[in-house]
Amino acid sequence: MLHGHDQGHVGGGTGDPDPAIRIRGLVKEYKGHRALHGVDLDVHHGEVFALLGPNGAGKTTMVEIMEGFRSRDGGSVEVLGVDPAHADYAWKARIGVVLQSTSEFEDLNVGEVLRHFARFYPNPYGVDELLEMLGITEAKKKRIAKLSGGQQRRMDVALGMIGRPELLFLDEPTTGFDPRSRRDFWDFIQQLAQHGTTIVLTTHYLEEAEFLADRAAVLVKGRIVDVATPATLGGRDLEAAVVGWVDAEGREQTMTTTTPGEVVAGLVARFGGEVPGLTVTRPSLNDVYLEMISSADAAAVADGDNGDDDDDRSAGDDRSAGDDRSAGDDRSAADGDRGRGKKNRSAAPVPAVVTAAGEDTAKQAVADILVDQGADA
Amino acid sequence: MTVMTLAPSRVSRVRRALVLGWARGGLETLQFFRGREAVVFSLLFPAFMMMIMNTLFGSVITPGTSYAQYLIPGIIASGLITGGFQTLVIQIPLERDRGLLKRLAAAPMPQSAYFIGKVLMVLATSLAQLALLLFTAVVFYDVHLPSTLHAWGTFAWVYILGITACTLCGVAFSSLPENGRQAPVIVAPASLIIQFISGVFTVSSTLPGWLRVLADVFPLKWMCQGMRAAFLPQSFANRETGGSWQLGTVALVIGAWIVVGMLMCLRGFRWTRSRHDG
Repeated sequence: MLHGHDQGHVGGGTGDPDPAIRIRGLVKEYKGHRALHGVDLDVHHGEVFALLGPNGAGKTTMVEIMEGFRSRDGGSVEVLGVDPAHADYAWKARIGVVLQSTSEFEDLNVGEVLRHFARFYPNPYGVDELLEMLGITEAKKKRIAKLSGGQQRRMDVALGMIGRPELLFLDEPTTGFDPRSRRDFWDFIQQLAQHGTTIVLTTHYLEEAEFLADRAAVLVKGRIVDVATPATLGGRDLEAAVVGWVDAEGREQTMTTTTPGEVVAGLVARFGGEVPGLTVTRPSLNDVYLEMISSADAAAVADGDNGDDDDDRSAGDDRSAGDDRSAGDDRSAADGDRGRGKKNRSAAPVPAVVTAAGEDTAKQAVADILVDQGADA
Repeated sequence: MTVMTLAPSRVSRVRRALVLGWARGGLETLQFFRGREAVVFSLLFPAFMMMIMNTLFGSVITPGTSYAQYLIPGIIASGLITGGFQTLVIQIPLERDRGLLKRLAAAPMPQSAYFIGKVLMVLATSLAQLALLLFTAVVFYDVHLPSTLHAWGTFAWVYILGITACTLCGVAFSSLPENGRQAPVIVAPASLIIQFISGVFTVSSTLPGWLRVLADVFPLKWMCQGMRAAFLPQSFANRETGGSWQLGTVALVIGAWIVVGMLMCLRGFRWTRSRHDG
């Protein structure tokens, strides 16, 4: 069921000659444990891109490498044409990073903190302008400690936005929001996107990705298993649909089919027009996503992972060498001898770039997970 | 183009660091004075300290020199340790935990601006502390301020070297604790012990030799000695462990700690919690 959607391209890379972000063969290791297994990814200018994945999948590691906070152990990364590992101030001025909380400024007010940060940038937003965009004009004179949860979060975004970034990173932006503020926040992000800001967000909320993202990637255990539009992620568009209707006796009927159009046409013919109670249901993004990651999650829990994304060691780190070997991928080589592991990768018949999101690798990743799970059980 | 303002000549880079450092210093000082409890306790701490010590041990040491007069240089010096070193070693890991450092690292702010801001904040609070202490001492305890230009000069350079060393070491050592909770647990006892062996409250001629050697390594003893040279009559010089003020050694040891602190700052400062990357 896991389809590679960019069949014409390689992995998460696309043919975009000038992407906002270009990642090839990205590898990150923590003490012999490989957190990212040669990830490929392109994010286009002006798109909203969602990075999905369970805790410990490597999302934060990946984002922090893009932001320049973390070093990498292999592969290439270009963000706005610059390697974040060698970023200068000019590059930082074009990037916005929205971090989790502003509690460190509790005794200062919103206006003071924003004015302060504005000074670092060559072309910042005006404080009033930004507060109005975020709908928190009334909070300007409020101490940070006195802000409500929603205002606090908008303040975080304001700090990420103050420099008028071309590219904005949002790490789980609506965690802890009530449904209403979440919706307001989404509208705001959409406005930003309409103004041409490229946005990369990580999230646990599928509906968030579905609402906001032009494309989404699913990261499982350091590998991208699919990159696609939310509507086609994980072969969602090709999955069987369920057609439901109410028959002449008033009973609810359903039919599972891969050709819902045909079925509906048949029903229309049979009823001679409108079909009572007609529904066509595709698997929700949630269903598809859970199918992609559930086994990975189970494995992570079985491994005693604490669930924190990218603590030094993420999911599956404590597996014995035997488990690793049974997984049959490059991890065993990497664990045995890191230097040699890398060499093996590049010398392998399958080029590193292919291993990220091709159909076979996706299947392999799922197979690995199943094997791990079996071994742990 | 906007890039022009960010990749400019060396001179304007330094200017930018100073301007933004000044802004950070202003913000940090503002933040400090907004935290009312902290203001009261840390600003009045040295003055309290002097009152308590004087109540416990207060008497006339030699005709014309009160215990308070003898005590004040040590209180000033240990104020530099608590206000500079201790404050930063506790505060910076908290700022790291709360993500402030990451936020600053994400902004196109010259890293030096952060350090300059810390120096200015420490300087502002330390001067306020000092003013309160000297005011209390002069008004209530009849302490005499340095009477000659030369003595004021000694006071000034010992103060400036001392606060520089304490601030730099504070920033440098702030990268050692794993997290913000660990820092006070390590720092508070350590700094108390150093205060006792360094002769803040009394000259440490009664200390065993090895403790005296230990005290000689740390800058506090030398800061106290330099300050006493500014506040006490020349006749007190032979009460020092070395039998004189040893101002050359004072400058040398404090200077050495400035170099150590600076090197540690440049090499090991951590902007994020993770130890994986620098």
